[in-house]
Amino acid sequence: MTPVSEAPMTPVGEAATAPVLSVRDLRVRFGDREAVGGVSFDLEPGRALGVVGESGSGKSSLALALSRLHTGADVTGEVRVDGTDVLAASDAELRRLRGGRIAMVFQDPLSSLDPYLRVGDQIAEVYRVHTGATRRAAAAKAVEVLDRVGIPDASRRARAHPHEFSGGMVQRALIAMALALEPRVLVADEPTTALDVTVQARLLTLLDELREETGMALLLVSHDFGVVAETADDILVMRAGKTVEHGPVETVLRTPSAAYTRELLEAVPRLDTPRPAVVTSRTPPPEQADSPQESLLRISGLRREFRLGPPLRRRVVPAVDGVSLEVAPGEVLGVVGESGSGKTTLARLIVRLLAPSAGTIEFAGRDVTRLPARELRPLRRDLQMVFQDPLASLNPRRTVGDSIADPLRVLGEPDAERRARDLMDRVGLDPDRYGAYPHEFSGGQRQRVGIARALAPDPRLLVCDEPVTSLDVSTQAQILALLAELRAERDLALLFVSHDLAVVRQVSDRVAVMRAGRVVTLGDVDTVYDQPEDPYTRALLAAVPKLAALTPAT
Amino acid sequence: MIWFLVRRLLATVAVLLVMSAIVYGLFYLMPGDPAVLACGKRCGPDQLVVTRHKLGLDQAVYLQYWHFLQGVVVGRDYSSGPDVNHCAAPCLGYSFQSDQPVTNLLLDRLPVSASLTLGALVLALVLGVGAGLLSALRRGTFVERLLTGVTLLGFSTPVFLIGLILLLVFCAWLKVLPFPSYVPLTENPAEWARNLVLPWCALALIEAALFARVARAGTLETLAEDHIRTFRAYGVPERQVVRRHALRGALAPVATITAVELATIIVSAMLTESMFGLPGIGKLAVEASTSVDLPVITGVTLLAGTAVVLANAVADLLHAAIDPRVKLA
Amino acid sequence: MTLFDSELAAGADPVLAPGEEPVPAAGTDPVPSRRGGAWRRLRADRSALAALVLVGLLVLVALAAPLLTALEGQDATTFHSQLLDSARGGVPHGAFGGIGADHWLGVEPGTGRDVFARIVYGARVSLGVALAATALELVVGIAIGLAAGLGGPRVDAVAGRVIEIAIAFPSLLLALALLAIVPQSVPRPVLVALAITAVNWGNVARVTRAQAMSLRTRDYVDAARLAGVGPVRIALREILPGLTTPLMVLAALKVPSNIVSEAGLSFLGAGVRPPTPSWGQMLSTSTTWFQTDPAYVIVPGGLLLVTLLAFSLFADGVRRALDPRSTRV
Repeated sequence: MTPVSEAPMTPVGEAATAPVLSVRDLRVRFGDREAVGGVSFDLEPGRALGVVGESGSGKSSLALALSRLHTGADVTGEVRVDGTDVLAASDAELRRLRGGRIAMVFQDPLSSLDPYLRVGDQIAEVYRVHTGATRRAAAAKAVEVLDRVGIPDASRRARAHPHEFSGGMVQRALIAMALALEPRVLVADEPTTALDVTVQARLLTLLDELREETGMALLLVSHDFGVVAETADDILVMRAGKTVEHGPVETVLRTPSAAYTRELLEAVPRLDTPRPAVVTSRTPPPEQADSPQESLLRISGLRREFRLGPPLRRRVVPAVDGVSLEVAPGEVLGVVGESGSGKTTLARLIVRLLAPSAGTIEFAGRDVTRLPARELRPLRRDLQMVFQDPLASLNPRRTVGDSIADPLRVLGEPDAERRARDLMDRVGLDPDRYGAYPHEFSGGQRQRVGIARALAPDPRLLVCDEPVTSLDVSTQAQILALLAELRAERDLALLFVSHDLAVVRQVSDRVAVMRAGRVVTLGDVDTVYDQPEDPYTRALLAAVPKLAALTPAT
Repeated sequence: MIWFLVRRLLATVAVLLVMSAIVYGLFYLMPGDPAVLACGKRCGPDQLVVTRHKLGLDQAVYLQYWHFLQGVVVGRDYSSGPDVNHCAAPCLGYSFQSDQPVTNLLLDRLPVSASLTLGALVLALVLGVGAGLLSALRRGTFVERLLTGVTLLGFSTPVFLIGLILLLVFCAWLKVLPFPSYVPLTENPAEWARNLVLPWCALALIEAALFARVARAGTLETLAEDHIRTFRAYGVPERQVVRRHALRGALAPVATITAVELATIIVSAMLTESMFGLPGIGKLAVEASTSVDLPVITGVTLLAGTAVVLANAVADLLHAAIDPRVKLA
Repeated sequence: MTLFDSELAAGADPVLAPGEEPVPAAGTDPVPSRRGGAWRRLRADRSALAALVLVGLLVLVALAAPLLTALEGQDATTFHSQLLDSARGGVPHGAFGGIGADHWLGVEPGTGRDVFARIVYGARVSLGVALAATALELVVGIAIGLAAGLGGPRVDAVAGRVIEIAIAFPSLLLALALLAIVPQSVPRPVLVALAITAVNWGNVARVTRAQAMSLRTRDYVDAARLAGVGPVRIALREILPGLTTPLMVLAALKVPSNIVSEAGLSFLGAGVRPPTPSWGQMLSTSTTWFQTDPAYVIVPGGLLLVTLLAFSLFADGVRRALDPRSTRV
């Protein structure tokens, strides 16, 4: 544990300015559990502080406490915004502070505005509460700030409802709401977590610009080191409600003093470093395998349409639009794309949870595109899937052991339970917890259950649909390592679907980049990442926050 | 919008066709001869044949049903002996027991049932939504516990029991209100209202309990939503947060539930009418079922079904008007 | 459980112990229902426990009806005209409807039958009909609901419509019509139970269908399909267990509502017929006597009210125990 500087940090080369946000020994307790346990820091005007931590670290509780937004918690300590103690303020003072001095942007953009009211009206309402402006003036202000945050055609968009906005636009609208009030501090709690990487990049740029222009301070809460590294001046690393490390970005990232920070940084998948070579015991690395090898999975011209809208006016929307791919035995093919690119649909088509509209799927040399359900069952043995949300993919009312043993029982395995226990052991779970229910496990453990279940029939191809997306970075690293081990050990081919370019680079031999249902780039992973030819792929790679630029490779 | 209305209309017609077929089918699949029932106790075999012919029961079932449908659209004639009775366009059948077209019987009784149901509905909405909001916004207080108790009581008490208690208190003991008897609104509005106070209250208390539950749940759910937090975080006063941002979300389900529950409301109204002896459609139905007047029963059932189906379409329109995310399609 | 508790408090990442991993947004996935946890919560719920005791007591009374009347020395059908004041139109002699050592709860006005005996035998009818109807509704509703929810779009097009129509019908009206035309040879309570089932299975089916459809799209059902599990086993092992919570809650709510249905039908004269006693029937009679013999309203009415409250409170407790996150009253 590094000593945390209690005194306000004075940025090098700048005159000491009075902090606009000053927090001393802030504690947030829910009953007998302390979510935030004595955090102190200062934030000067125009500067940005990134608060980083894994889930459960108390970073969001900290963010809410700054505006005294907790309602069921016991909050103690001191939070001074522009000199006023938030925790001691009267209701009227607090209302003036909220929004007026310290504004917030929340994580889930689609639910953070009133769905029933027009976006412009909501901004105008808040503006009027604080300034007492006339309706007309407030409406004009709303259009002005929407325009400033880069909403195209702002005067028309101000009359739209939130559901007509995309996630990124709602976040901009919220920033506009804050901007109208000219607060001294903007607290952004995971503002880009729900957004695509290109949208995220533009939003972070906007925050930078506004900070420079208005001199407001920014407190950015995020689980993502990359995001913080790009935006913040200082970093505060939290763990279990406490400050682990606090200092300028470069110092923390280059020479982290706390062991925990180092571990976290090492766990972060890097975009610009080739994946670590997996020690393969039995099989040669796929690069050395002969190229005219029989492919395990071969899909060509695969297409899947969804029908949307009322009958008569029904539109046909292709989610997957003519995709052709091959996966060789033992190979890892990464499929990467933003939301709506069709990557999940593709994964579900391959395992035949969805029926394709056109095209063919060949598995181990056999056309399985139109096999009826009954004939498909033997195929399931070789072709399994790991799902995105490990909780949703396990039946809450059945024991994890039963879930793992199910495929074995279907195959008529006489000793299904013993083999299920062996599998649990293999994926790093205590076999004695065979009879436990999914809710008794943590997210990472649940994903291990999901992997064990998928491995049970001893498949040759494992389709992984965003298998680490809902996990913390350190857990994510463990699960990725497990997949790499299993792959080497069992000569398993993987089709690895993810939105996270860095993760895909880490695990894949080859990569397919998808956009709007099509594969725009397909090739060797290092080639695609280091010399991207396709403009979309280049843009995508450029949008990913670069962490490694600051840290020397370890 | 127009597309929605057309589709809704078609669906309504389809539902009503199925409904009428089911009702018709039920009565003919049932053991027991409607002619025997209609003819009465002192009925010889000859009379039975005549009755059967008069009722059209000597025809095949599908023909009878077809004639019934024809009657609904263009009207039809019923001959009972030498004289012919015409039953005009929306003809839902002919009651030989009262010697009148069912449509006329229903229309005669409609003002009573409409007065009772609509009045009670308004009262129930005001009381229920008010109580629901109050108990949601005053969580953890005595007010909430009191309202919860009253709501549960209202929720589990049958309407005739509440009616009896009201009668006992206001007619028998306090003697402040008359035993209800229907006075048309057009004749004497004051007496109309005075006589309907007790039935309104009885029916409204039952329905109010339901609305209170829905309004309360809606308010609590809405208040827990993220966008409420946004406005709190931007310094909007709590009162304004509730009024502008929580209320709509809280009340949207009430519109839907009103339509869904219309079937239940109709049943309660029927009981209320019988209870207070109000000559409405519900009482007509009860009388008809006692005397096994099948055309009347069929007619009432179809009328009630139509009301429910139409109410659901109106609720969908209302829902779309309240919630911009809902597209009528 | 309150709105402002940590659990719901605006996006805090609370409730996790330090170092624990996140629970990913579970969407609509229900809290895993641990029977043990539900029992513990139910046992800790004082009002539900009190209600349970009352319910048990009522069931005992119904079961022990012959014993209790023997103890009183009366029966439910004997007329005691000597106890009635013919000058006042047949109101019982003495205060409170003739309550005394011989007749614990007095005698019926007009007939002089023993009220206590009629009430305990009436409990048999009320509870028996309500429980039987509830069981039948569950069987019919689950079967049709599962067929609609899992049978694919074509089955659902038919079954789903049928369910909608069944719900849109004003139930009591249809039951009234059914009871008017059914043969009189079958025991009346059985017919009443069947009629109530026939008109009330709709919402069981609707809940089953909706829940089955939502469960069908869960990832864990997909996972089972990928494991090669057949459709029947998926329905039984993956989907049916997920239905138990909402169906148990619904069943608990159905019992009081069916008691009301039976009482309502008997109140309207279409349910159980004299001499078989029923609470609804007694209340129906009491509408003509409420001014001269209020005790005859209060005794059966009060008992019905207590019974319904007990069942409703218990149902509420079941719901709270099985679904602790629910915000309803």
